[in-house]
Amino acid sequence: MISEFGHFALILALTCAILQTVLPLYGAYRNDGAYMRVAEPAAVMQFAMTGLAFAALTHAFIVSDFSIKLVYANSHSAKPMIYKISGVWGNHEGSMLLWIMTLALFGACVAAFGANLPRDLRARVIGVQGLIGVAFLLFIILTSNPFERLDPAPFEGRGLNPILQDPALALHPPLLYIGYVGLSVAFSFAVAALLSGRVDAAWARWVRPWTLAAWMFLTAGIAMGSWWAYYELGWGGWWFWDPVENASFMPWLVATALLHSAIVVERRGALKIWTVLLSIIAFSLSLLGTFLVRSGVLTSVHSFASDPERGVFILLILCLTIGGALTLFAWRAPSLKAGGLFAPISRETSLVVNNLLLSTSCIAVLTGTLYPLVLEAITGAKISVGPPYFNLTFGIIMMPLLLLVPFGPMLSWKRGDAYAASQRLFVAAILGFLAVLVTWYVMYGGPVLAAFGIGVGVWLIAGALSELAWRAKVQDRNFKLAWQRFKGLPRSAFGTTLAHAGLGIAVLGIVGVTAWKAEVVAVMKPGDTQQVAGRTVKYLGEAPRTGPNYRDIVGRFEISRTGGPVTNTVEATKRVYFPSRQPTSEVAIRTYWSGDLYVVMGDEVGDGRTVRVYFNPLIPFIWLGTFIMFIGGLVSLSDRRYRVGAPKRAAPKPAEA
Amino acid sequence: MAMTRKQRRTTLIVSALAVLGAAVGLVLYALEDTIVFFYTPSEVAEKKVQVGQRFRLGGLVADGSVDRGSGTVVSFTVTDKDKSLPVRFDGILPDLFREGQGVVAEGKMTAAGTFEADTVLAKHDENYMPREVADALKKKGVWQHGEKKE
Repeated sequence: MISEFGHFALILALTCAILQTVLPLYGAYRNDGAYMRVAEPAAVMQFAMTGLAFAALTHAFIVSDFSIKLVYANSHSAKPMIYKISGVWGNHEGSMLLWIMTLALFGACVAAFGANLPRDLRARVIGVQGLIGVAFLLFIILTSNPFERLDPAPFEGRGLNPILQDPALALHPPLLYIGYVGLSVAFSFAVAALLSGRVDAAWARWVRPWTLAAWMFLTAGIAMGSWWAYYELGWGGWWFWDPVENASFMPWLVATALLHSAIVVERRGALKIWTVLLSIIAFSLSLLGTFLVRSGVLTSVHSFASDPERGVFILLILCLTIGGALTLFAWRAPSLKAGGLFAPISRETSLVVNNLLLSTSCIAVLTGTLYPLVLEAITGAKISVGPPYFNLTFGIIMMPLLLLVPFGPMLSWKRGDAYAASQRLFVAAILGFLAVLVTWYVMYGGPVLAAFGIGVGVWLIAGALSELAWRAKVQDRNFKLAWQRFKGLPRSAFGTTLAHAGLGIAVLGIVGVTAWKAEVVAVMKPGDTQQVAGRTVKYLGEAPRTGPNYRDIVGRFEISRTGGPVTNTVEATKRVYFPSRQPTSEVAIRTYWSGDLYVVMGDEVGDGRTVRVYFNPLIPFIWLGTFIMFIGGLVSLSDRRYRVGAPKRAAPKPAEA
Repeated sequence: MAMTRKQRRTTLIVSALAVLGAAVGLVLYALEDTIVFFYTPSEVAEKKVQVGQRFRLGGLVADGSVDRGSGTVVSFTVTDKDKSLPVRFDGILPDLFREGQGVVAEGKMTAAGTFEADTVLAKHDENYMPREVADALKKKGVWQHGEKKE
């Protein structure tokens, strides 16, 4: 009964979405307030209805109602509660329902918090948001009904794919979806701006926090997914340039660019057309990502069984959205007024360079991701484009960007002074250079490029901190006054510094694990030892253990510094889930400041076992860095200017160069 | 020094195009150099793949062919029910590696005619068949879409 109610709520949500699209857009066109005022209640109702549908499905999973086909196929009564709940989005239908609910949530947020927007802009934004909702609600109702019944109802479900039964993966899809779908707000704002022909500081001030929020969640979602792949798949790697990973990474790259270009629109009124285009592209890439993951057109280590017919539907949505938005763009963009001038060396130019390199790198990733599909369609040859391609292209394009990041915030708007900026970064440059020398000395004989990479990481961190120091005028040597200034800096300044420093920390991790990873594979019998990166791992033996819905064979390992006392005992397991009898491996990870010791159990060989031991230097810094980037976004988002919102021009801006 | 709006815009666009051009060159170069082809055992035989050339080999793991030996090296045979190819792999096989199931391995041919794999790709789900393998097997009529193994 509750499930029928959920299905009905979905259909009501579709009705709300249609109203939310048609009436406000018509009202904005005719400048009729009565029609425009439909936007807010319709958006809130659409969210309420999708929320109800989602709650109904969650209820079915919690009570293990196996008369629902989806619950039968993806759940099991013996599963821990958290995975019963995460099972709701651990499958196609449920994850699309989560997608649509998030979309409706963002529409409702614009309705709830948009009181200070011009009325026609708000009506248009909510209307466009409704239109996307219509497309996806039709998709879910027509092709992916999550409430389909089974008759007779089976007694027991088939269980959730074991590798999805994991805390990080329970969170990964919701985070990623908030990020993906959050970009729809920027998209709706862009389309609304094109419809109204107006892009101004107020517009940019609205787009920025939404993009920032979406970016934060994308960052967290991607990092969480990468962390999961690292400890769950047991390959010792953290990023595989897999098409599905790329599908989430491309929107991130463009969202990062958008975040920066929107600043220029807000402050200087320049780059308007470009920013509108980026907003469209960012969400288009989100849709492309959804299509690639959901349609199964790509072979990927992440691929799950999928349905090509649904792919066609999403492809249709994708083409209509991108085609429609770009047509509108081509038609209306010339009417947007050009903004302020700026000199070749200025904050604006630095942000243009940022955008140029980020979008170029995105094109390189896009090409590598889609090339196998295109080639197969044309010639029939099956190929794969792997890490060597991406490391080469993406790596080379990113290098100048990373080197230039610290300069941007040091340049003033309109006309900057490159020499003065370099002086401000002198200390950071020295530190970076020292880091290169020290690394090169300590890791003598290792790759020279890696020493350079470590230098870049330190340069980024030190450069980010230099910005704060310079803004607080530490160079005047009046530290008491500097501290006062420091406390008075706007939160967005701290946000920038945190995000840039976080990037530097992540770079350290990436360089470390790429350059100095150590690995041993061996057959070990109880009592055997292996040495890797100055540590000794001793295999103690194995024992069985039973969990709620799985059985383990637990291998125990002792870790010590080679020649030193035993510091830790860790457990790696071979696990078999029932009812599916699907085997998985749970790796043992011991984290040190210098990196992770990572132990994987393999198959039995004679009276021993294949064991793989990795030392992944600096790898925790990757997640530490991305976490700091996320916090940076959060701090920036809490800046007063965003909360005040509206385009009040007058207030003086302290500590703004 | 003082440029007009138009000149500034032109400079901007020209430099942007230069960067883009360089990136396109880089992409083309990398594509030329780093892509890996996918072959079934029959295609390996037809195309006379050269020793040392990297490619991905896909097919089914032949029943009864997996030999774990006494060390870390595992050997098995990949077949498309027409031709087969012996494979050697040093490392830990994915959890879902089974005889009779689809597999994709990446590596190169040795002079001895065995395929030396450095990666064996996992699948994430019991019913999932790597798409290339599914296509190749469908062509041979060995496997039909939607067929599931319980």
